[in-house]
Amino acid sequence: MKHKPFSMQVNLDDFIPATDEEKAYMVQMRPSTTFFKDGVKRLVKNKVALVSFIVIVVITLSAILIPIFWPYGYEQMLGVTPGKPVDASYNNLPPMHYSTAEQAKIDAGEKVFPHLFGTDSSGRDYFIRVVYGTRISLAVGFFASIIVLIIGILVGSIAGYIGGKVDLIIMRIVDIIYSLPDMLMVILLASVLRLTLNQALAGTALEKIGSNIISLFIVFGLLYWVSMSRLIRGQILSLREQEYVLAAQATGAKSGWIIRKHLIPNCISVVIISTALQIPNAIFTESYLSFLGLGVNAPMPSLGSLASDALNGISTYAYRLVIPAIVISLIVLSLNLFGDGLRDAFDPKLNA
Amino acid sequence: MNSKNILYIVKRILLALLTVWVVITITFFVMHAVPGGPFLSEKAMSESAVKALEAKYGMDKPLMTQYFTYLKDVVTKFDFGPSIKQRGRMVIDVIADGMRTSAKLGLIAAFLALIVGVVLGAVAALRRNKIVDKIIMVLTTAFVSMPSFIMGVLLLIAFVIRLKWLPGNGASAGGLVLPIITLSLYPMAYITRLTRSSMLDVLGQDYIRTARAKGVSKWKIIFGHAMKNSLIPVITYFGPMIAYIVTGSIVVEQIYAVPGIGRFFVSSIINRDYPMIMGTTIILAILIVVMNMVSDILYKVVDPRIKLD
Repeated sequence: MKHKPFSMQVNLDDFIPATDEEKAYMVQMRPSTTFFKDGVKRLVKNKVALVSFIVIVVITLSAILIPIFWPYGYEQMLGVTPGKPVDASYNNLPPMHYSTAEQAKIDAGEKVFPHLFGTDSSGRDYFIRVVYGTRISLAVGFFASIIVLIIGILVGSIAGYIGGKVDLIIMRIVDIIYSLPDMLMVILLASVLRLTLNQALAGTALEKIGSNIISLFIVFGLLYWVSMSRLIRGQILSLREQEYVLAAQATGAKSGWIIRKHLIPNCISVVIISTALQIPNAIFTESYLSFLGLGVNAPMPSLGSLASDALNGISTYAYRLVIPAIVISLIVLSLNLFGDGLRDAFDPKLNA
Repeated sequence: MNSKNILYIVKRILLALLTVWVVITITFFVMHAVPGGPFLSEKAMSESAVKALEAKYGMDKPLMTQYFTYLKDVVTKFDFGPSIKQRGRMVIDVIADGMRTSAKLGLIAAFLALIVGVVLGAVAALRRNKIVDKIIMVLTTAFVSMPSFIMGVLLLIAFVIRLKWLPGNGASAGGLVLPIITLSLYPMAYITRLTRSSMLDVLGQDYIRTARAKGVSKWKIIFGHAMKNSLIPVITYFGPMIAYIVTGSIVVEQIYAVPGIGRFFVSSIINRDYPMIMGTTIILAILIVVMNMVSDILYKVVDPRIKLD
């Protein structure tokens, strides 16, 4: 029968029940993934980010674990034993060399733990000092970013939610702090705070951390939250106006649901990424201040202060400067690359 | 230049002035909050001697009076008072002395970074994903991740101590080569990346395709269309670059013993020469704030597409 173009007669073949084979065709091939799983999958595919992540994990773990079993302490001057004259042969050992006393022990058949990177001018094992310095630098970077994150979220969400005059005033303050030359202010505050804090901290539990690190945290808390709070405020303002939020409201979603399912997932990735990128920034600043002598309190080492101490013997002991330099660059580089990878994998706007 | 532009410029200048005032105020009160004052470090001084010194430097007056005197002197006469540790010299003279060397160092570094950065960025963009591009990207990633002091010291080890090609003393003419290179590497790497990405962005635009379709020659497209527009984002980096060079020169001058303002700054921090610390901080801050302002205004004026707020 010839099919008439305008006939209302339906073709019955189109309406026979589907066979199993055809039904199988419609089954979703891939289980639906969450936003997080999707991002992780993208992250794992990114080789550069994965390698930098492994580097960060290895460095962090060794900074935490190595001091547990290492036989030397970071402030232990090996040549100094109570009641005996100082054994100067421990000082300034080149890598993998031993002092006269240790050499005698080795000759007698005893085992002596090697000084991988030698010792410094006070006879302290240099390897463990680098490990401790890495630990301090990482910790400073991490906690400084957390401080920045907390203050930024607090101020940013207050400005974003309340809006109006409060928002205006907060944002003007943010503008001014943002245009302050941060490094100069950091140097100024750090050089003054350490003098003030030394007296205030004496005898408290914080004394052990050292006034310089505390003042570094204070400086970060005072100055570096502004970009984070700008970011959070911008996120909140733009997310509030999104159509899908309106759609969710229109279909009767409660605000708890909207916050959990729409606002947090869309906001959290940006926040985590900028926190991750803040860590190398803080490590940078700490090493810079340590290099100027405004960093951690002696005898505690940080990578910056190790580099700065090594300047004195630079022509003979150049490796003492190169080692912390390599570690700092490695940490900052891999954190930056990993942060970039995180952004590529988790920023929903970039994936669109 | 429409009224919106002028309004923006006025607003931006006001913000800069406000920022400078905040810097002066913070610096003043922070320095005066230090326990003991500037004469504490002097060895065993009698109380009457300290009193006499305080009277000489006007520190016996109430804090607010001191603050307004200081503010007035700075604003009207650009006078930061006498240096405490370098007897008989005014802070502004010491700074002007150091500025001569530092400005030379900083300006050459900035120009070097700008020229080499733009050229490398353009080359990388035009040779996208080729071997040249990859080498440039790897190198710039490494340079961006290396703190200036580490870069400086590594160059010092390589060229002064091992190879002995250059003098390590920044006071001589040849001694400025390494500090300039050290200071310019980070901004150079940054500008290269910036130029590359904005050039790639511009090369993908419709008007480039139109020009190509019309048969405009390759070089005319690159210099006439692409280069001009892809340099606009670089303008925004002027301010941060000056800030980087100023703070970077503080450590770089320390490493290479350059007699510049950064070196005076560090030694005045160590000596607790308070008027020097305040003066240097304020002058460097003004420099950075003004450069940021200029680059912001330039950016908005040059590109008519930028929305004014």
